[in-house]
Amino acid sequence: MSKETMTTSNPGTETEDDDSLASPTPGSEAVEESSPSRSSGSERTVIESRNLDVYYGTEQALQSVDIQIPERQVTAMIGPSGCGKSTFLRCINRMNDLIDAARVEGDLLFQNKNVYDDDVDPVALRRRIGMVFQQPNPFPKSIYDNVAYGLRLQNKTENLDEKVEEALKGAALWDEVSHQLDESGLELSGGQQQRLCIARAIAVDPEVILMDEPASALDPVATSQIEDLIDELAQDYTVVIVTHNMQQAARISDKTAVFLTGGELVEFDDTQKIFENPEHQRVEDYITGKFG
Amino acid sequence: MSEEPARPDFAGENRTRSAKEASIKWFLFVCAALSVLVTVAIVATLLVDAIEFFTRVSPVAFYTGTNWSPKIGEEFGVLPLVTNTLAVTVLSALVAIPVGTASAAYLSEYATDRTRSVLKPALEILAGIPTVVYGFFALVYVTPALRGVGVPVGTFNLLSASIMVGVMIIPMVSSLSEDAMSAVPDSLRQGAYGLGATKYEVTTSVVIPAAVSGIFSSFILALSRAIGETMIVVVAAGMSPQLFPSAFESIQPMTSAMVQLSTSDLAGGTAAYYSLFAIGLTLFVITFSMNVASNWVASRYREEYE
Repeated sequence: MSKETMTTSNPGTETEDDDSLASPTPGSEAVEESSPSRSSGSERTVIESRNLDVYYGTEQALQSVDIQIPERQVTAMIGPSGCGKSTFLRCINRMNDLIDAARVEGDLLFQNKNVYDDDVDPVALRRRIGMVFQQPNPFPKSIYDNVAYGLRLQNKTENLDEKVEEALKGAALWDEVSHQLDESGLELSGGQQQRLCIARAIAVDPEVILMDEPASALDPVATSQIEDLIDELAQDYTVVIVTHNMQQAARISDKTAVFLTGGELVEFDDTQKIFENPEHQRVEDYITGKFG
Repeated sequence: MSEEPARPDFAGENRTRSAKEASIKWFLFVCAALSVLVTVAIVATLLVDAIEFFTRVSPVAFYTGTNWSPKIGEEFGVLPLVTNTLAVTVLSALVAIPVGTASAAYLSEYATDRTRSVLKPALEILAGIPTVVYGFFALVYVTPALRGVGVPVGTFNLLSASIMVGVMIIPMVSSLSEDAMSAVPDSLRQGAYGLGATKYEVTTSVVIPAAVSGIFSSFILALSRAIGETMIVVVAAGMSPQLFPSAFESIQPMTSAMVQLSTSDLAGGTAAYYSLFAIGLTLFVITFSMNVASNWVASRYREEYE
């Protein structure tokens, strides 16, 4: 399972992370050292797309999307069904690669490195960008093994117990499951399963967490727990969340991107501005429920 | 003659129709019951004649005796036949389990739809080949080929027969295991990919563990099929039961011993005649309990995804 480590000279990109992105070598400590410090300025852009088009076969799902997603904030993507918000999310960690018919054009930069460059290994990329899905999808393994899964993939198994505990605490689940770590993750309630999936994602200490409607399958109490958690996660991670629930976007996000039918990013701004005084009439119509 | 219009009479028609319906229902029921009845009859026959055998030869002598010579000397030690059946089963499992599981993993996780649509029917053709053809193939091709690469096998030998029994049960393992792997929800694969797993890691650490009950139950079913397999071993494995069989030499499993015995000039009412039923019952008990075990494994370890 040895993949080539590609050479790192990439004129035009000055990021220090080329190496670690292109190299899938598990457990390489260099990744940790070369990662930018989280204490740097809060408005730094982590993810940026330029002229991003996505096609599924002949159908265009995203139309020249330009966006700059800031570090350690919650950025919400809202819009009606089929507007491309999930497609955009899945471009960031190249989960679209799993769909044969999907084709991406334009640039998507993660820390100034185009993730669609030939020398980027999607496996290495996904190790730094966690993802939480619409349906809670814990593995049919114990709670402990679920959280340890990503760490084991990357051979980061020293102090595994501590890391698992830390991740479960980070996902606000530790107090509920600390006495049953050996039980199956499938025994938990839906909300607990989703927090387990969040624990699984943050255990490997990614820089970004992508969430694809993470609360849409949950009841209101579990939803509110997830929302509180997202708020806390944003202190350490960049969170990008797709939601069809506009109130949720308004409650939890710092920035909001509004996609409208046809895969067009119509407006992207501070959440407050989007909800109180959007620039575009179409956005206002959507927010106020005149359509969609 | 009444002036009143006659009321329509539905009853007569109704009576014949319901009688017809009832007889159809009975006919279908008898057809459905037939297979059950035949099974019960077979088990009963096996039991009755096996019990008759055990009144002549003690079960202890039968199950612990190490010499099988039913006609000359009337030695009814079944152990060599059992160890030889076991040997065929283990060796064929060594062929079928790795190849079958790997094909299942390939078909379920790696193959494109197009490749799968060609490969899967091709694999299932293997299941449709008459087993006597496998036996013949073992005798005239596999054995010479083994000799060609320097394996010192006799004309009839355990190894080539077992290889072909293994090939015969590959489709059973691959087809049932593939069903189990395909049934693993895609959301689990996505979750693993999202954590930076490679395709190989997704297959080995998520899909196979999640499908393990179906995979194991396919193993057990395939092995039970190998235990009952007759023609391949009759044609290619020889007729000499060995308590400690060598892979390179002639052996004789239980099924093959039954064939030899029943095709010889066997006088009814002798102990040798009744021994057929004792072996048959033993085989039946083994394969039946394996099928039960397979069902139990499949339901016991099935993970609840939904």
